[in-house]
Amino acid sequence: MRGYLAITAARFRVLLQYRAAAIAGIATQLFWGLIRMMIFLAFYASSTRPQPMSRTDMVTYIWLGQAMLGLLPWNFDADVRNMLRTGSVAYELVRPLDLYTHWYCRGFAQRVAPTLMRSIPLFIVAMLWFGMRPPPSAASGAAWLLTTLGATLLNTAFMTLVTLTMFWTLSGEGMLRLAPFVVYLFSGMLLPLAFWPDGAQPLLRLLPFRGMVDVPFRVYLGQISPTQALGEFTVQLLWITVLVLAGRGLLARGTRRLVIQGG
Amino acid sequence: MRDAWKLYRHYIGISMRAQMQYRASFIMTVIGFFLTTITEFFGIWALFARFGNLKGWSLPQVAIFYGVTHLAFAFTEMFGRGFDTFPNLVKTGDFDRLLLRPRSTILQVIGTEISLMRIGRILHALPILLWGVHATGAIWTPAKALLLVGAIVGGGTLFLGLFILQATMSFWTIEALEIANILTHGGTETGQYPLDIYRPWFRKFFTFVVPLACANILPLNVILNRPNAMPLVGSLAPLCGCLFLGLALAAWQQGVRHYHSTGS
Amino acid sequence: MAHIVVENLVKTFEVAERQAGMWGAVRGLVRRTHRTVHALDGISFELKPGELVGYIGPNGAGKSTTVKTLAGILVPTSGRCEVLGRIPWRERKAHVQQIGVVFGQRTQLWWDLPVVESFDLLRDIYRVPADRYRVLRDELTERLNLGSLLDTPVRQLSLGQRMRCDLAASLLHEPPLIFLDEPTIGLDAVSKLAVREFIQRLNRERGVTVILTTHDMDDIEALCTRVIVIGGGRILSDGTLDDLRDRVTRERWLLLDLEEATFELEDPDAEVLRRDGQRVTLRFDPARVSPAQLISRLTARYPIRDLFVQNPPIEEIIARLYGEHEG
Repeated sequence: MRGYLAITAARFRVLLQYRAAAIAGIATQLFWGLIRMMIFLAFYASSTRPQPMSRTDMVTYIWLGQAMLGLLPWNFDADVRNMLRTGSVAYELVRPLDLYTHWYCRGFAQRVAPTLMRSIPLFIVAMLWFGMRPPPSAASGAAWLLTTLGATLLNTAFMTLVTLTMFWTLSGEGMLRLAPFVVYLFSGMLLPLAFWPDGAQPLLRLLPFRGMVDVPFRVYLGQISPTQALGEFTVQLLWITVLVLAGRGLLARGTRRLVIQGG
Repeated sequence: MRDAWKLYRHYIGISMRAQMQYRASFIMTVIGFFLTTITEFFGIWALFARFGNLKGWSLPQVAIFYGVTHLAFAFTEMFGRGFDTFPNLVKTGDFDRLLLRPRSTILQVIGTEISLMRIGRILHALPILLWGVHATGAIWTPAKALLLVGAIVGGGTLFLGLFILQATMSFWTIEALEIANILTHGGTETGQYPLDIYRPWFRKFFTFVVPLACANILPLNVILNRPNAMPLVGSLAPLCGCLFLGLALAAWQQGVRHYHSTGS
Repeated sequence: MAHIVVENLVKTFEVAERQAGMWGAVRGLVRRTHRTVHALDGISFELKPGELVGYIGPNGAGKSTTVKTLAGILVPTSGRCEVLGRIPWRERKAHVQQIGVVFGQRTQLWWDLPVVESFDLLRDIYRVPADRYRVLRDELTERLNLGSLLDTPVRQLSLGQRMRCDLAASLLHEPPLIFLDEPTIGLDAVSKLAVREFIQRLNRERGVTVILTTHDMDDIEALCTRVIVIGGGRILSDGTLDDLRDRVTRERWLLLDLEEATFELEDPDAEVLRRDGQRVTLRFDPARVSPAQLISRLTARYPIRDLFVQNPPIEEIIARLYGEHEG
């Protein structure tokens, strides 16, 4: 266990060093949040129809999205990709640590470190100037943190799984490119899932992606009560288990294949 | 001029062969770009379904704005990629080699990377534009069609100018230049909608500092016969994009001059 | 008409001092401290058509600054510079059409493309007429033995193969003047000889003027009739290799291979430079004692198995020249 923690910490430190990039990133996200906010507010001002989410909730949702952007499974670990592509993963198999767990920890740190750095200034700016609201109660806040943890674990499992598909398709670029779009679409990043047409709601409920964005955000807003959040957290855990098992399975089969083929 | 075109075609041919080598991967990537970009419009469609209208604009009208902006950006994305990777050229000293060839540096930088797979964006924006054109029921005259094309071209030159300006910065500094991406990608995001839905200060920025309005609200107001259209200004507006490109090229020449006196 | 005229060329760089850390970077935005580097401190020389000149100097002496200025990449601070009747940086495109440049450390070929496709691209870039191009390409392929390489992607070539391809690439537009910067660096012995031989033929048969920048003294000795030495931004020497030797020192070296390594070696006219077991290197002044005299004296007194007289290696000469210049 100590080994895994050490890896996570080391990765953390490396990522914290990219300060200039972080500032550029924050500026970009401020801009993006502003555009989306203006667009949504313009929509709200154009109609008196009742909407699935109030205006103020919408604004908070948007800024939460910008703050938590780094947690999403978008950047696939370039080192791992290269390893799989060049076949030098064979060296990794010699190490004593369980490879899947190793990669999982790396992926986890890759999500958490930059997000921590970027989200805090974004939270501050958004709350001071752009109308972002804090959670309605301490219980909601705690539930939000819990489901955000669940989301991060889920994201990491998803990302690791997708990266591992590279074992099977050498020019896995195509697959890797499709995955972010799927996440962006079905997680609620593009549009809060409540705004999707009513007919689509059953499908959205079945997919694991809502657990990545929509669920924790709605817990934050109080739309999902803290007690309901526990149920959602269980669903997240279920999906995490599924994705982790699938990932480990792919790795095991791929390793066997590699060993048999001789790399 | 003619052999510049010949060289350009040669660059494209080479890029095509290189990128088409892995046929399956290429197609998947094009599909990937198509899907990632079309989700944006899905979002707009879903919002219109919920809200009904956007500050007096209908969905087909917004589709035209959307199509124009994305087509403009797509062409630049395909051919302006060389400017994205330009800072690396300066860092490695490979820019020297471009100076050692008897051709324009701009042409050569464009030739370093032509990204054909971004045709996925064109493939998704064109149908949306055409649908919008059809569904608004606007009366189309040759003049309006020309203005529409002009808006796309104007937008394209504007975005190209932004790419070039971003690359020009690397003559002076190698630090985080990604901030300029805010203007190119952010500009595309902004241009999807009519500029007048945004706050005044934002609108002014994208009219007077980065003249996105010249490929957005100004000509399209004229085309769609909107009440506050300014026919003369709107029809000439796309030229602003070309002017902006001219400014960017001038800045580039300054950058090259600076490079000449300081080396790499 | 001289191919190259350089007169009092001066180039100074202002190098901003970078400060460490975050605060340093912020401070750096407000106030910058600068350091002046005198890369070229007034150099002058002339090159006639058809010369094969070696341009040598220690690192940081100003070699690459000179080459970049002559190539039109850099603009000098002051001084006159004319290449083939043009001012390089004023008429960049016309100037560059007439020169070829090979950098030993980096290739000008397209990394992922087969060699011949790089050549084709260069044909279009340099506007070489198609039929002329074909003739040249075939000739260069034959001369440099590139036949089997033409369809290979550049990234798969060995260093020696790549260098030969780069040489060919730089000549496709038939420039009357070429700059070669470290063309034999990292090459194996066979490739080195091939490259040297090619350069020699190019110069002798086609009259192409060549400026060769290198650290490899064997290149210089094999190819160059004229050697310009630069140090600290100044020209230290300009003439033949023999002139250079004479300028620095008249001495000769005598290498002895002794039967036994035990005893002291002494002679009034010779000084022991190095001693390595049975091998002894002596230096002497041929004006004071002729080689023949010294040899007969030594062979009479000591059991010598083998001997060899040579000029001090050119590296010695150069090192002393630099040392002289610094001190």
